[in-house]
Amino acid sequence: MDKTLVKKIQSNPNYIELVAKRSSFALKLSLFVLAMFYSFILTIAFNKEVLGTKLDEAGVMTWAFPVAAAIIVISFITTLIYVSRANGEFEDLTDAIREDVKDDM
Amino acid sequence: MRLLALLGLTAVAVFAAGDSLGLEANRKDLNIPAIIMFFIFVGATLGVTYWAASKTKTASDFYTAGGGITGFQNGMAIAGDYMSAASFLGLSGLVYLQGYDGLVYAVGFLVGWPVILFLMAEKLRNLGKFTFADIAAYRLAQKEIRTLAAFGSISVVALYLIAQMVGSGKLIQVLFGLPYEYAVILVGVMMIIYVTFGGMLATTWVQIIKAVLLLSGVTFMAFMILQNFGFSFEALAAKAVDTHAWGQDIMAPSDKGKIKDPISAISLGLALMLGTAGLPHVLMRFFTVGNAKEARKSVVYATAFIGYFYLVIAVVGLGAIVYLTPEVSPEFFIDGKLFGGGNMAAIHLSKVVGGDIFLGFISAVAFATILAVVSGLTLAGASAISHDIYGMVICDGNPDQEKEMRVSKIAVICIGVMGVVLGILFEKQNIAFMVGLAFAIAASANFPILFLSIYWSKLTTRGAYLGGMLGLATAIMLVILGPVVWVGVLHNAEPIFPYAYPALFSVVTAFVGIWFFSITDTSERGKLEIEAYEAQKVRSETGFGADGASGH
Repeated sequence: MDKTLVKKIQSNPNYIELVAKRSSFALKLSLFVLAMFYSFILTIAFNKEVLGTKLDEAGVMTWAFPVAAAIIVISFITTLIYVSRANGEFEDLTDAIREDVKDDM
Repeated sequence: MRLLALLGLTAVAVFAAGDSLGLEANRKDLNIPAIIMFFIFVGATLGVTYWAASKTKTASDFYTAGGGITGFQNGMAIAGDYMSAASFLGLSGLVYLQGYDGLVYAVGFLVGWPVILFLMAEKLRNLGKFTFADIAAYRLAQKEIRTLAAFGSISVVALYLIAQMVGSGKLIQVLFGLPYEYAVILVGVMMIIYVTFGGMLATTWVQIIKAVLLLSGVTFMAFMILQNFGFSFEALAAKAVDTHAWGQDIMAPSDKGKIKDPISAISLGLALMLGTAGLPHVLMRFFTVGNAKEARKSVVYATAFIGYFYLVIAVVGLGAIVYLTPEVSPEFFIDGKLFGGGNMAAIHLSKVVGGDIFLGFISAVAFATILAVVSGLTLAGASAISHDIYGMVICDGNPDQEKEMRVSKIAVICIGVMGVVLGILFEKQNIAFMVGLAFAIAASANFPILFLSIYWSKLTTRGAYLGGMLGLATAIMLVILGPVVWVGVLHNAEPIFPYAYPALFSVVTAFVGIWFFSITDTSERGKLEIEAYEAQKVRSETGFGADGASGH
């Protein structure tokens, strides 16, 4: 890719919109997943007993199991959220940029 | 093909010899249904390899299956890479031995995926070609970056290979009564055949088929276990608590396992999460799909399959606690110890819930799993040598394609031999734990360079090279000086580095090193590299100029 094309794409409004929207979206989702996982890990590191608390005093089931399952399920849901937006809105923007600069490529 | 048949015969002969000589580990009688299932499977996968070999013509076919794999197929294959011997045998074994600790690994292995998707997957697809070093080398100096990436890849591959080799060696030992060393050698030979003939297309298809079979297999196991407890997870857990020596402690992270202090927990968490984004054989999978859209889809499918798999493994592990005790199932125990060790819990359990035929099925799937993962790993290691070192460093980026293919095949054989030797040395280690170490190296050596080369414009070759080497060296040294190698393999009394997980220290070292050596780099080359970031960013965001979808 030569410099003029790079400059041209960089100043393309669709490109600016794509990068801004996607970066902030990806960052927010990443921070969410990181926060979720690290609360789990830090709980294990410093306060294991919390996870060992029983759901019901009479039984054996602890909070640790539903928490692990929830992290796995929520992680999956975040990927679904990201891809549904990325493969729709962000792909459309990319196509629009390609359309705008196709004569220079 | 004649060679394939010949090697197949050798394999049969080795089994036969193992039996007739009555080798020492031959405690159990040969399990005929299991063995028939086993050979059907191995034969079928060899068929796939043969078919793939006939379609593998160019280097692009060999490394990345020609870029013509769909998102769904790729998701399956990624899940296949992930549902390795370590996940299946190692995690179920870890739950069997230490209860909830196994789930901490499962969660950690999984959460790496969303992060890869949000921050890396499409950028990888947009910038890369064959190996992840292509991305870091996009604007940085080829030779340094390729050399570093190759070292990083080979280290990760070596540790990951150990885990798979140990798993397969134990499996063959349990199934056929072959001595462990013979079993490991056999796996090494099979793996070399798979990779040298079929390349990426073969390993991708073997992964896909295996992923389907393994998912069905563990679902059946979990179903059978839960059935006995009226489909109540609570009832199963209650029985497990009742049976396990640790009692209620298996229901939560425990001080008795390896994750006992805060440093270990944080370090393990870091390794598992960031390591995924540095595994060369997984990163390679993003180059087998046509475009960024398919790359994203493949992560969603992979996350779904892997997440489901891990949840089911928790049930299987607890089931193993209940059913595999010297009192309930004495036939699986020698001198009060589980035959083949904790890593074999899932295999023995399959016999309890489904009899010999199901044992054969699960063993065959587990074996195919190992072969496929090992092949993918070997391929990643071999392409680091042939594409990065030979093609880009030795031949200055203009290798003869045929020669490069030949180098990669020789590399496959060398890596196979290395895997066998290491597999024998590390026989006694839990394989999920070994994979944890491979993740630690990936998180310290490959991930920082990859991440910073995509997101940090001021990264220069000097920073990446020196900082990356520092991270890699720190990680390897801490693994060697830590409890696993220093005490477990070298038999010293006390480890020099007290923690089993090095990531916290080595990842930080790598990032700080890269940052420091980049900002102090005032060379002309460094300036040009910083300028080149703009063009790289445009391409990473849009994919313009990337090698198009090539389904030839």
